[in-house]
Amino acid sequence: MADFSPANRTLISSATLARPRGKVIYWTVLSVVLVVFTLVFVGPLYWMVTSGFKSVHEVLHNPPTLVPKDPHPANYKTAWTQLKLARLLWNTFYYAFGALAFQLVFDVTAAYALSKLRPVMGNVVLGAMLATLMIPSAVLIIPQYMTVLDLPLLHLNLINHPWAIWLPTVANGFNIFLLKRFFDSIPDDLMAAAAIDGAGPMRTLVSIVLPMSRPILGVVSIFAVVNVWKDFLWPMLVEPDPAKQPINIGINSLSQGVPQNVLIAALAISALPTLLIFLLFQRNIMSGLTAGSLKG
Amino acid sequence: MAATTVPDKTTRRHAGRAAGPRAQGGRGGTSRRLSQNIQAYGFLIGAILCFGFFSWYPMVREFIMSFQSTKRGVTTWVGFKNIKTVYHDPYFWTAWKNTGMFTLYALLLGFAVPFLVAILLNELRHAQAYLRILVYLPVMLPPVAGALLFKYFYNPEYGLFNRILKIFHLPTSQWLDSSHTALISVVVAATWMSMGSATLIYLAALQNIPGELYEAADLDGAGLWSKIWHVTIPQTKLVLSLMLLLQIVATMQEFTNVFLMAGGNGPENSTMTVVYMVYQYGYHYNNFGGAAALGLFLLLVLAGFSGLYARINRNSD
Repeated sequence: MADFSPANRTLISSATLARPRGKVIYWTVLSVVLVVFTLVFVGPLYWMVTSGFKSVHEVLHNPPTLVPKDPHPANYKTAWTQLKLARLLWNTFYYAFGALAFQLVFDVTAAYALSKLRPVMGNVVLGAMLATLMIPSAVLIIPQYMTVLDLPLLHLNLINHPWAIWLPTVANGFNIFLLKRFFDSIPDDLMAAAAIDGAGPMRTLVSIVLPMSRPILGVVSIFAVVNVWKDFLWPMLVEPDPAKQPINIGINSLSQGVPQNVLIAALAISALPTLLIFLLFQRNIMSGLTAGSLKG
Repeated sequence: MAATTVPDKTTRRHAGRAAGPRAQGGRGGTSRRLSQNIQAYGFLIGAILCFGFFSWYPMVREFIMSFQSTKRGVTTWVGFKNIKTVYHDPYFWTAWKNTGMFTLYALLLGFAVPFLVAILLNELRHAQAYLRILVYLPVMLPPVAGALLFKYFYNPEYGLFNRILKIFHLPTSQWLDSSHTALISVVVAATWMSMGSATLIYLAALQNIPGELYEAADLDGAGLWSKIWHVTIPQTKLVLSLMLLLQIVATMQEFTNVFLMAGGNGPENSTMTVVYMVYQYGYHYNNFGGAAALGLFLLLVLAGFSGLYARINRNSD
């Protein structure tokens, strides 16, 4: 975390803050910020969790109550069974980590080949992969959907199959860009030394390149999981079977048929896994996401 | 490796008789290079297939579909008919106006607010880690949780927001239920859900500003605003302009939040965005040619923004 030595001073100097007037202003601003930010960012989450405990009558009551008068923990149980949350959460988890596995295998090997093995036409392939970054994803939704309905040459229909979510995530120019740039920074001498020791390209990748690439693999992994977890339109189109939907689509399609308090309890449950993971790994996640997106 | 030894031996035998060691080295090198290339493409094949099927081929198909029409399984070339159809759709300009307004509101809130929040957080000497986590919390929510929660808050009868307005004796609003406020309501919720990532990116950029610049500004007697204007903004210009472009491109493709919170088109089509219209053409009207043609319009507009960005950046360098 930032330590405020004079080296990284900011808009307002520490000397200004040390004056009595500066001190008063600083502590006032700090307390206002703490209160306002807590209300704005935790307030809605508090309301979500507590509304999940309210009765149908209370959740629709005007004025709304700050604390549930008569808590109904059973709402959470109802939400869990009625919206089949176990199924939806498992599907999301399965799609997210499947996508992660495919991206790690295919994009890492591709970026490694483009960076270190440099085959003929490698630059053309790289250019074509990076060119996809220029095409907005929403534009491709329709032709991609047609492709998934009937995969060219193979004539497979991937609708309702996890492949329809996993494989398109591999076609991610940003992953190729991040990974290749990182591999480029690994000195070629190291590769040559490995080759002299008799290591083939696969052995070099596994024993030398991958252990050095942990930071970038972390960034790619976080993006891979978060992207699938937050995606909406694509999984809605390619996983129409309710038993195969991820959490976002499943809860939304059932949201009309359940009472408001049960729905909110379901929302709270759906938010729990990512919030927990975030609170546990917040340092890695926040630094990874900023590093990755800054350099994009 | 085993495959390479066979041709190697034969070349050596031929070469040895014909032209001596020089030719031998040349032929052996070629076959080794060939096998290296084959190996390299073996590493690439998975990604190439995925890009081919799910990115390159759909890109080509997007253009082809825009000029084709499929009826009862028969596909025919129809020239500019799809493009004319979507252009003359009564909601074509509505969708563009809404998308433009959404982008504008999202920039006013989602571009300015995170930057100001980042400047504020950067000045605080305490609780920085806590405040960062707070701002980032909503980013970690699944979109369905954030969107449907805000839909509940926005409810005009029992929602939290009207209650808060009442406590302060302010006029209440119909929020998502009125065509005047639906779009901005979605933008506010979307900003709450996503501003954490922009804030953290700006914070990282602010922390890279050399402190001497501020000290120099102090010696020149610069005030707070003039320091922000002459030091902070110029020093973060690259990140700011890149984020501006990324945000324009992302918000012009808005679908999820209007779909979840306003059912897509919203009251009197006041939240119907271009991407929602693409969705409607494809999955309600079953007119995939029209959907593709509309996508082509979107592609042109977004390419225009990217081109403009590249140009401005080149000029300023």
